[in-house]
Amino acid sequence: MSRAVLRGLVGVGVFLAIGEVVGRIGLVPPELLPPTSAVLAGLVEIAGDPAFRADVVATVLAWLIGLGVAVGIAVPAGVLLGSVPGIRAGTRALVEFLRPIPSVALIPLAVVLIGQGPASKIALAVYAAVWPILFNTVHAVTEVDPLLRETAAAFRVGRRRTLARIVLPSMAPFVLTGVRLAAAVALILIVSTELLVGGGRGIGEYIAQSGTGGGRTDLVLAAAIVAGLVGLAANAALTAVGRRWLSWSPESAAAS
Amino acid sequence: MRGDLVGSMVEVDDVAVAFRDGRSTTTVLDGLSLHVERDEVVCLLGPSGCGKSTLLRCLAGLRAPDRGEVRLRGEPVRGVPDGLGVVFQDYGRSLLPWSTVARNVEFGLAADLDRSTRRARTEEALEAVGLADAAGRRPGQLSGGMQQRVAIARALARRPDLLLMDEPFASVDALTRADLEDLLVRVRREYAMTVVLVTHDIDESIYLADRVVVLSPRPAAVVADLAVGLPRERDQIATRESEVFVHLRAQAAELLRSGLSRSGAHHGHPGVGERGERGPVVGVGDDPGDGVQREHLER
Repeated sequence: MSRAVLRGLVGVGVFLAIGEVVGRIGLVPPELLPPTSAVLAGLVEIAGDPAFRADVVATVLAWLIGLGVAVGIAVPAGVLLGSVPGIRAGTRALVEFLRPIPSVALIPLAVVLIGQGPASKIALAVYAAVWPILFNTVHAVTEVDPLLRETAAAFRVGRRRTLARIVLPSMAPFVLTGVRLAAAVALILIVSTELLVGGGRGIGEYIAQSGTGGGRTDLVLAAAIVAGLVGLAANAALTAVGRRWLSWSPESAAAS
Repeated sequence: MRGDLVGSMVEVDDVAVAFRDGRSTTTVLDGLSLHVERDEVVCLLGPSGCGKSTLLRCLAGLRAPDRGEVRLRGEPVRGVPDGLGVVFQDYGRSLLPWSTVARNVEFGLAADLDRSTRRARTEEALEAVGLADAAGRRPGQLSGGMQQRVAIARALARRPDLLLMDEPFASVDALTRADLEDLLVRVRREYAMTVVLVTHDIDESIYLADRVVVLSPRPAAVVADLAVGLPRERDQIATRESEVFVHLRAQAAELLRSGLSRSGAHHGHPGVGERGERGPVVGVGDDPGDGVQREHLER
């Protein structure tokens, strides 16, 4: 374990060192791609900037709302699709058509329909996040062990108790995996929308403003790193949730 | 407790079951009849895949037969009846991995029992299977034998008058298996239950049962109905060495083999006449056996 961590750190260190060297020896002009040390200095700079901190809060907030709404839509819908084969068959063509459309391509449409406020980026995040949760939930429902259902039947356990004690717990690890995938996609959509639409608050907006005019690429990269760290933290938190509550599941053990 | 109730605990009357998979149909049971009396332990002994588990599912009301009828205490079985405890072979899949041992046992109790009764029944059942100390653990933290004890406790907590077991000890090692067999012999006495147990293990069927019903390969038919003339108190070593046990084992083995050769390859089996036990063996067959034999020959 500690060995793996050590190797990971070595990998990061080498990567940072290459970034530094490429900048220093003039392989790439430093104003286009600043060396690692400049980016780290940029990180310190924006960490002390209240405007940037407000941007981070705006992004994280929009992201949490989007993810929450997506879970609220996709889990019940997935349970429905998973348990009623007729509905699943009826919606398959539509789902297979909508799913491969890159959500980023819908940004202009969302802005026209919803406007430039935060509602647009939240709506897009919801749209993008729904798919992985939906698919994992549908899969989870169909994966409930038939012997467990038969056990419930043999002990005359009613529908509601079967749902609460068997169906939902056995679905949980799959749904959590879906949420982890959705969290990453939703963050991409939030930051992209901020970046392209502008006019609001958010990490993407900060990146857009730093990149134009003066072209502070050190700040652009520093802000991008912050966005990455937000995603990393979310993934770690969701993995911890799995370890804490779903330790019985082989899926959660594998996901760590 | 008994006595005042007349009639068989379980009556299986001309039951037929077929599985349809696309165009092909597999007949698993074809006109099988048997009965189990109150307080009896009956083992259904048959080769793997003969349909004995399907028969048990019919008894449990988990599957309706395509033809014929199953009656429990004289009442036709429609859906899962009252007063039933079921133990499946695959304890690893039949327990809730996310729930503690106590919660698993409690899961089997009727929803309308109040909280203190539930707790008392759970504790009592865990005590009976020797797992009182493991109440707070999860199934994944237990050995296979202990997991099957949990499944048995879950069935016992309901205080069933009929316990159905589907190859309950087939997935544990030999020592654990002997332990669990003795556990069953003991709790069966304590709980005054009728037990129907499906197995493909000859020794186990004789060791546990008051009566062994030998089944033929698919479609399962009753080949013979052997009364086990052993005292109810059993002992892993003494019982298995007793003359009655040894004799019954040979008899059951013959019957199983004759069932196999009857339905499958039509070769004679050597050694039948050598033991000089052929007479009683042939005589044991229940009268439905004859019709069954003919059906098999026709196939």
